[in-house]
Amino acid sequence: MIKIMYPKGKLVTKTGNEIMAEAMRQIEPDVVAAYPITPATEIMQIFSQFVSDGTVKTEYVAVESEHSAMSATIAASAAGARAMTGTSSQGLCLMWEMLYIASGLRLPVVMAEVNRALSAPINIHSDHSDTMGARDSGWIQIYSENSQEAYDNMIQAIRIAELAKLPTLVTTDGFIISHCMEVVEVYPDDDVKEFIGDYKPDRYLLDIKRPYTLGSITLQDYYFEHRYQLAKAMIDAKCIILDVAKSFKKKFGRKYDFYETYMLDDAEIAIIIMGSTSGTVKVVVDELREKGIKAGLLKIRIYRPFPVDQIAKDLAHLKVIAVMDRADSCSGSFAPLYLDIISSFYVSEILNVKIVNYIYGLGGREISTAHIFDIYKTLDKIALGLEKPFKQVEYVNLRKTNE
Amino acid sequence: MVNLRELSKYPERFTGGHRLCAGCGAGIVARQVMISTCDIPVVVTSATGCLEVSTTIFPYTAWKNSFFHSAFENSAATCSGIEAAYKSLKLQGKIKENIKFIAFGGDGGTYDIGLQSLSGAMERGHKMLYICYNNEAYMNTGIQRSGATPKWAHTTTAPVGKMCHGKRENKKDLTQIMIAHDIPYVAQTYVGNWNDLISKVQKALSIEGPSFINVLTPCRLGWNYKTDNIMTVSRLAVDTCIWPSFEFENNIYKINVIPIKKKPVVEFLRIQGRFKHLFKPENIHILESIQRRVDNKWELLKRKAS
Repeated sequence: MIKIMYPKGKLVTKTGNEIMAEAMRQIEPDVVAAYPITPATEIMQIFSQFVSDGTVKTEYVAVESEHSAMSATIAASAAGARAMTGTSSQGLCLMWEMLYIASGLRLPVVMAEVNRALSAPINIHSDHSDTMGARDSGWIQIYSENSQEAYDNMIQAIRIAELAKLPTLVTTDGFIISHCMEVVEVYPDDDVKEFIGDYKPDRYLLDIKRPYTLGSITLQDYYFEHRYQLAKAMIDAKCIILDVAKSFKKKFGRKYDFYETYMLDDAEIAIIIMGSTSGTVKVVVDELREKGIKAGLLKIRIYRPFPVDQIAKDLAHLKVIAVMDRADSCSGSFAPLYLDIISSFYVSEILNVKIVNYIYGLGGREISTAHIFDIYKTLDKIALGLEKPFKQVEYVNLRKTNE
Repeated sequence: MVNLRELSKYPERFTGGHRLCAGCGAGIVARQVMISTCDIPVVVTSATGCLEVSTTIFPYTAWKNSFFHSAFENSAATCSGIEAAYKSLKLQGKIKENIKFIAFGGDGGTYDIGLQSLSGAMERGHKMLYICYNNEAYMNTGIQRSGATPKWAHTTTAPVGKMCHGKRENKKDLTQIMIAHDIPYVAQTYVGNWNDLISKVQKALSIEGPSFINVLTPCRLGWNYKTDNIMTVSRLAVDTCIWPSFEFENNIYKINVIPIKKKPVVEFLRIQGRFKHLFKPENIHILESIQRRVDNKWELLKRKAS
């Protein structure tokens, strides 16, 4: 239940898309360029109305494709504007080429991303395949459990992106959050504006007194250093993300971190997950705790940069962990989040925790409390030595034969 | 009519020292376009291609104004993003100057992979000039056929062979496609007539809304002419009427350069290696068909302009 944390805040009822649009209204970027795609379309529809009504000063560019949406957003950012966009699924795929260019040019573009499955077969419902595909593109990725987090994450994303000089995307799970009505605490416009501050780029194309060339070809002599600077910026962004979370807590009262732990301190078995299903897991954890089972949860909020040097340390006391991925990398190996978690354990030299990998919910396949109960039951059996940890991906709620 | 003495008072905004080939038309186009802007502040975008890679090898640049490149197919979308930022910041009083926007693209980045982005930007009415430096093939990657490559030209992906006389298809008429976008100003021009090119650029920049100029731009490597023949080959395109210089403004066509005596198209074709195979005795019918097509299109244009 969302409660007022900021004395000047007020509770409103909005869908995930409505709250994303509301955050964008308060941020009031100089330029927004976007293209419609289910289930993210509403964000831009609502925002366009703000533009038409003169509620925001934003220049809205209704482009002819997502490739052009990202191209125009990048260009507007390079020109000196605070620039935003939004998309989902195939739209993010069409932006792929430009995602790497946004980060390579170190432009603080911010994007509202509504997680949706990828074709083929075509499917409009939620999973994380779209943003997982963009995980190596040099974008900061922030996942939200619910509309409140989506709203708070959007506000923080502006400051993070501009301080880190890295593009940043904030996700919600398609339909589950994007189209679901929830109570959200919103803050007054002026307070949000004060928190994000003005955008003051060091160098920009429209600064005609200091013209410059951006997007040069860099060859064997410089390319490697440029890419290293990007990688380093992603590492340096970790401090920035925590600093912004700290000032957000100070200002608005809500606490944010790389990840949220839930009943984890004394837990023996735990699930690691991201996005809306975290809420379902919390319900199950509560019920298991009532039965005396020491179950816990770790919910990833910041997936990129990944807190590799810290996360395993907070999980070292556990017996068994299930990493639940809502995307399949079809790699013949494991799913993305699992591999990141395993890396953290290995480099932290914590090798006594058993960690298994589940893939769930592709294309919006139902994931209920019953499924989560089953997973905890399996973890419990592994912890008691009754079952061996499986060494390949397990699929949740999947028909494996021609049922 | 442009006054060369006046233009020479302004500093060069596209400098020498870039790495374009000797006998390349792209550098001439870029330099004359930038000269056309006099002292108006401009921001330039470019598609990936010869012009971009040869003029911005890090840490050097040939551009004295702000220049931005991000990818191949999006010069127009990119320019529209910068123009949108300008509109927003100008309205907010954060920018005082009046700035103009110019997008460059080769024919690959304009006729083919960038056509959607160009079409979208023109339809949305961004105040920008798009210049296609059209050398009629993918020259940067090594002379591959494009939608702008003329029929029968030799390219590396539609090569002349035992069973094939080069490209089998006609080029698309992009200038007409742009006219169909109902934008205020569309023109064709060519390298080798600075007055025609600069007049058109200045007119395009003075107009409210989007404009498009298609510049026939010889490529020494792809067209295979002698380096010092660049002006000759380009002017022959206009003198033979295979590439007329004309403009379309307020629904009126105007032919800007009418040859005193229209030359046979073989004069244009003969000095280029890409058409060498057409001069074998057995291919005379192809040369005749090219002449017929040029004649028909020229008559059609003259009717439109009458």
